[in-house]
Amino acid sequence: MKKLLFLLLALPVAAFANTELKLDHAPVNVQDHESLQRGARIFVNYCLSCHSAGYMRYNRMQDIGLTEAQIKDSLLFAADKPGELMKVSMRPKEAAAWFGAPPPDLTVIARSRGADWIYTYLRSFYRDDTRPTGWNNTVFDKVGMPHVLHELQGQLAPVFETVTDHEGKQHQVIERLELVRPGKMTPVEYDATVADLVNYLAWMGEPAQTQRMNIGLVVILFLGVFFVVAFYLKKEYWKDVH
Amino acid sequence: MEKVISWLDARFPLTASFKAHLSEYYAPKNFNFWYYFGSLAMLVLAIQIVTGIFLAMHYKPDGELAFASVEYIMRDVPFGWLIRYAHSTGASAFFIVVYLHMFRGLLYGSFRQPRELIWIFGMLIYLMLMAEAFMGYLLPWGQMSFWGAQVIINLFAAVPYIGNDLSTLIRGDFVVGDATLNRFFALHIVALPLVLIGLIAAHVVALHEVGSNNPDGVEIKKNKDPVTHHPVDGIPFHPYYTVKDILGVVVFLIVFSAILFFAPDMGGYFLEANNFIPADPLKTPAHIAPVWYFTPYYAILRAIPPMFGSQFPGVAAMGVAVLIFFALPWLDKSPVKSIRYRGPKFKIALGLFVIAFIGLGWLGIQPVTPLYTLLSQIFTAVYFAFFVLMPWYTRNDTHKTEPERVTDK
Repeated sequence: MKKLLFLLLALPVAAFANTELKLDHAPVNVQDHESLQRGARIFVNYCLSCHSAGYMRYNRMQDIGLTEAQIKDSLLFAADKPGELMKVSMRPKEAAAWFGAPPPDLTVIARSRGADWIYTYLRSFYRDDTRPTGWNNTVFDKVGMPHVLHELQGQLAPVFETVTDHEGKQHQVIERLELVRPGKMTPVEYDATVADLVNYLAWMGEPAQTQRMNIGLVVILFLGVFFVVAFYLKKEYWKDVH
Repeated sequence: MEKVISWLDARFPLTASFKAHLSEYYAPKNFNFWYYFGSLAMLVLAIQIVTGIFLAMHYKPDGELAFASVEYIMRDVPFGWLIRYAHSTGASAFFIVVYLHMFRGLLYGSFRQPRELIWIFGMLIYLMLMAEAFMGYLLPWGQMSFWGAQVIINLFAAVPYIGNDLSTLIRGDFVVGDATLNRFFALHIVALPLVLIGLIAAHVVALHEVGSNNPDGVEIKKNKDPVTHHPVDGIPFHPYYTVKDILGVVVFLIVFSAILFFAPDMGGYFLEANNFIPADPLKTPAHIAPVWYFTPYYAILRAIPPMFGSQFPGVAAMGVAVLIFFALPWLDKSPVKSIRYRGPKFKIALGLFVIAFIGLGWLGIQPVTPLYTLLSQIFTAVYFAFFVLMPWYTRNDTHKTEPERVTDK
């Protein structure tokens, strides 16, 4: 019986062991307000011109340590009031004509794609002159989005290697990306900037997450005390059952 | 106070009902771990109803607004995230406790005579719960909501002759759309909860009529005290099982809160990543899998190959896999109820069934490969063999004699 119970509990854990595309680990820490503020600035300056965050209000950024005046002065480009949603002025139809598909809303992108995917994606653009934008991406092949952050990162070019598949055919695959023209930032600085941006996206996916975990801690502590009370209550009542 | 109660008692069976169902309802004294899940299912139902009411105050059942209204609840409604996560975690928790509750029935023969009707009511509750969960899952209007509903409703289209009309009737349109969302909302928050509550009432009334089974499968009513006329091995439900169930509730709430507050997605099993993308009828996700509690049946569906150019055999197998539980009271021919006194054949059969059920559940999440399809077919065969062969292996099994009275405690 005990074994059966163990099996019931252990099986879902085994199901987590799925592997896919190899992604770099994003150093997400939504408690780090300075990182979130830097990320917010990058987001507003580079992403928000094409992508909306249409379920997120500007003034929610007070949760990451900004005052309403700071939000108004340095982050409010596409809206008039801090209480507004982070909409974008570009029309979806025009956007679809320019990029092939309208740029997705980014409010909960970290929840659908995962922080690691975005972190790897934003560091995997490379020059590809066969693409209309001149850019391609190793994580997202034939992506419609150009490399918006290239002035920071610089330009990467692919280094190919030849592999033989199981049918004996030879393929050219990208082995790694190489920096061919430096940008404003060193690779280390660029990685840190993308990390801040991804951190911001992870926070924006669920702004209540810090509050959630804080409340959760109190709830579980309370239930722990309640358990002791309930345990002795039951013991007291049941001592006359033989 | 006494005056008020006697005034009420003259007009309504208040004290009488309290006695009949709580303070003088005699339950066997040897309930073990497995007997917590009935009351826990009631608790989860209460959680779902209360959180559901508050969600319905802010949710908008409209193809244009639904996804945004859920994010509005998550962000702008005070403690909206708590209500929403409690509801989404509650949905999975409901199936966990119900599956464990049903498994308890299998272990100790709780479905056997004279409790066949309790079992049937229970199975109807399970069916309604599946419909309730399926319809609720459409409401967030994400990609998985949309495509999951699309796949399941298309199953009905495989029914011969009436299939196409039937699926159109369910959708309210030729495609899953605003009409579907609206009717699913109505069914999810009004129709099905009403049916569920009625069935649960019938389940409990039927239980209290015949009395609870126990881990020994012995009828405690056969052995009554000559003076008090109460079962010797029975104890009043209140206060003994109320205080015991409080303990179960606290332990359950600790696990429930740990998930709700620290892992509400459960790694994509309770809230799927793709469901954070708004529903898009033009973009089919690469990999569509139902939520975990439906995956055993989904695996059975995929295990059966199409025959005569029709998907119907798979759909039928899936339907029969759920409905066959109803026949259980008449398939089991063993002279004893509890697994404690049954022979090795039943124990092996039940063990294989559990492995097949969990195995199918796992396979239902995986992409289709030849190996997985073969495994699904083997597990499907085991699943059905458990029921179909039951009259044979329970009749020919060895068994120990049941004791006169319940054992431990």
